[in-house]
Amino acid sequence: MSNYNIQEMIQKNKSNKGAGFEKLIPVILLIITSISVLATIGILYTLISQSLEFFNRESFVQFFTSATWQPYSSEPEFGIWALVMGTLKVVVIATIFAVPIGLGAAIYLSEYASERAKKIIKPILEVLAGIPTVVYGFFAINFVTPFLQSLYSGISLYNAVSAGLVVGIMIIPMIASLSEDAMSSVPNSTREGSLGLGATKLETTFKVVLPAAISGIIASVVLAVSRAIGETMIVSIAAGSTPNASLDITSSLQTMTGFIVQITSGDAAYGSSLYFSLFAVGMTLFLFTFVMNIISQWVSKRFREEY
Amino acid sequence: MQLIDKNLIAKKRSGRLTFNQIMKWLFFLCTMIGLVVLITLIVDTLSDAIGYLNLDFLTSFSSSRVEDAGFYGAIIGSIWLMVVTVPVAIFVSVATALYLEEYAPKNRVTDFIKVNISNLAGVPSVVFGLLGLAMFVRAMAMGNSVLAAGLTLALMILPVIVVSSQESIRSVPSTVREASIGMGATKWQTVSRIILPAAIPGIITGIILAVSRAIGETAPLVVIGVPTTLLVTPDSVLDSFQAMPMQIYAWIKMPQEEFQYIAASGIIVLLVILLLMNSLAIFIRNKFSTRY
Repeated sequence: MSNYNIQEMIQKNKSNKGAGFEKLIPVILLIITSISVLATIGILYTLISQSLEFFNRESFVQFFTSATWQPYSSEPEFGIWALVMGTLKVVVIATIFAVPIGLGAAIYLSEYASERAKKIIKPILEVLAGIPTVVYGFFAINFVTPFLQSLYSGISLYNAVSAGLVVGIMIIPMIASLSEDAMSSVPNSTREGSLGLGATKLETTFKVVLPAAISGIIASVVLAVSRAIGETMIVSIAAGSTPNASLDITSSLQTMTGFIVQITSGDAAYGSSLYFSLFAVGMTLFLFTFVMNIISQWVSKRFREEY
Repeated sequence: MQLIDKNLIAKKRSGRLTFNQIMKWLFFLCTMIGLVVLITLIVDTLSDAIGYLNLDFLTSFSSSRVEDAGFYGAIIGSIWLMVVTVPVAIFVSVATALYLEEYAPKNRVTDFIKVNISNLAGVPSVVFGLLGLAMFVRAMAMGNSVLAAGLTLALMILPVIVVSSQESIRSVPSTVREASIGMGATKWQTVSRIILPAAIPGIITGIILAVSRAIGETAPLVVIGVPTTLLVTPDSVLDSFQAMPMQIYAWIKMPQEEFQYIAASGIIVLLVILLLMNSLAIFIRNKFSTRY
C-alpha cells in the first residue's frame, strides 16, 4: 500500500482513460452542431435552386411586377403582388389589433399587477401561445366570421378581417411576454426616482419605463409581425383562396402561405410550373420574415439601454 | 421666489390620479382579453363537439361518412411522428447547446452558429415544409413517410430546444463547475456528470414545450402531403401516416356542416393532450428545478 504512490495512480489513470476521447468530444459536438447550419443551408439551397427552375420557365419580371396571380389559367400569370397584398392585409389588421392589446397587457403585468396576479395570468398567456394554429383557424371560421357577419352583413365567409383578428390573437401572447420582459428589466431605481418626484404610475410608465425599454418592445413587435407573415393555417382556413391585390378587406383573398398550402394539399404535378412556383413564393416569404428577424435583432442590440 | 406653484399642482392632481386609475383598468382589460378568448374558444369548440366525441370517435378510422369518421389513425400516426421527431430533436439540440455553452471558443464561427440558430427560429413552419418536400420527400425519396415528416418537424423545433437548453445549462453556477474541475474531473466528466444532470429539469421543460408545438403543427405536414384518408396505421417509419392536426384541417375544409363537429371533437382531443403535456412541463419545472 505504502509503495503505491497517489501521483503515479493519477498519472496512470490519466493516460489510460483516453485523453484522446476527451479531445474528441468537442469535435463530435461541433459536428452535431453543424446540423443546424446545414438546415439553414438546406432551406436556402432548396428555395433558391427550385426558384431558379421556376424563373427558367416563367418571367422573372412578371413575377415581381404583376399583381395578377392566375396559375391555373391556360395562359398562367404569376404576379406575386396579389399574394403579397393578401399577406399584408391580414398582417396589418393583426398588428393594429394585437399591438395595443399586447402592450397594454405587458404594461399591466410589468407595472401594475401583483405577484399573485402575475402567477395566474402568465400561465394563461402561455396556454394561449401554445394553442395550435389549426385550432385558431377553426375558431376564426366557426366563431369570429359568423360573429362579424352578424355585425355587418357585407362580410363574406372568407375575409381578411376575421383572419387578421385571429392572427392578432395568436401574436398577442408573444408581444405581451417579450415586451413584459423588456419592461421588467428596467431597474426599479429609475421607477422609484420618477415616483419620488411625484409622477403617477402612469406617467412613470410612459415617460420613464417605456422609453427605457423601447428597444425590446420594438423588437418584440417586429418579431410578432414576422410570425404573422409566416402564419399559415389560420389564413388557409379563414381568408380564402382568391388571390387579388385589392384593398377590400371584407372579401376572399389569398396569402403567400395560403397559396403554398392550397397547392400542396391538392396535387401539383411534380416538375410543373405550379410545383416550382411554390418555391418562388416560399423564397419571397422567407425573405420577408428574414428581413424582419434581422431588423428585430438589430433594434434590440443597437438601441439597448445598458444599466 | 416660489418655484413650485402648489395651487396648480393641487388642481391637476386629482385629474392625473383619475387618469392613472382609468388606464390601469384599461391595461387590465387588455390582459383579460386573452382569458376571454381562451374561454370562448374552448366553450365554442366543446359545444360543437358534444354528441360527436365518444369512444367510437377515438377507436375508428377516418371516413368520408360523418357517422363513421374517427380519430384513431390520426392519434396513432401522431405518436409515430413523435417517435421520430423527439429523439432526433433531443439528440441534436442538447449536443448543440452543450457545445455552444461549454466548448465553443469565442470566435466568428461560434457567433455565426448562434446567429444562424436564432434566424432558424424565425423561419415560418411552412418553409420547413418546403425543405422537407424538396429534400426528404423528393431528393431522398422518402415519400410522405413518418421519417420525412418526423425529420422536418425535428429541424423545426431544434432552435427552440437549443435556446431553452442553453439557458438552463447557463444557469448552472460556475462554482459547481469549478468544484468538479478542482476535484480532478476532466471537462467531459464535469459536463456529463455534473452540469447535464443539474440542467436536466430545464432542458426537459423546454423539450416538452417544443414537442407540444410539434404535435399541433399542421403547415409542414400539409406541404409534405400527409394523407387524410388512410385506413391503416403505419408499420414502420417508412410508411405513410395520418396526423391529428392534419386530420382536423381536412375536416374543417369539408363542405358538409357535420364535419365541423367532427373537427371540433378532434380539436378537443388534441387540446387535452397538449394540456396534459403543458401541465407535465410545469410540474417538472416546479418539482425538480434546483435553486442555487
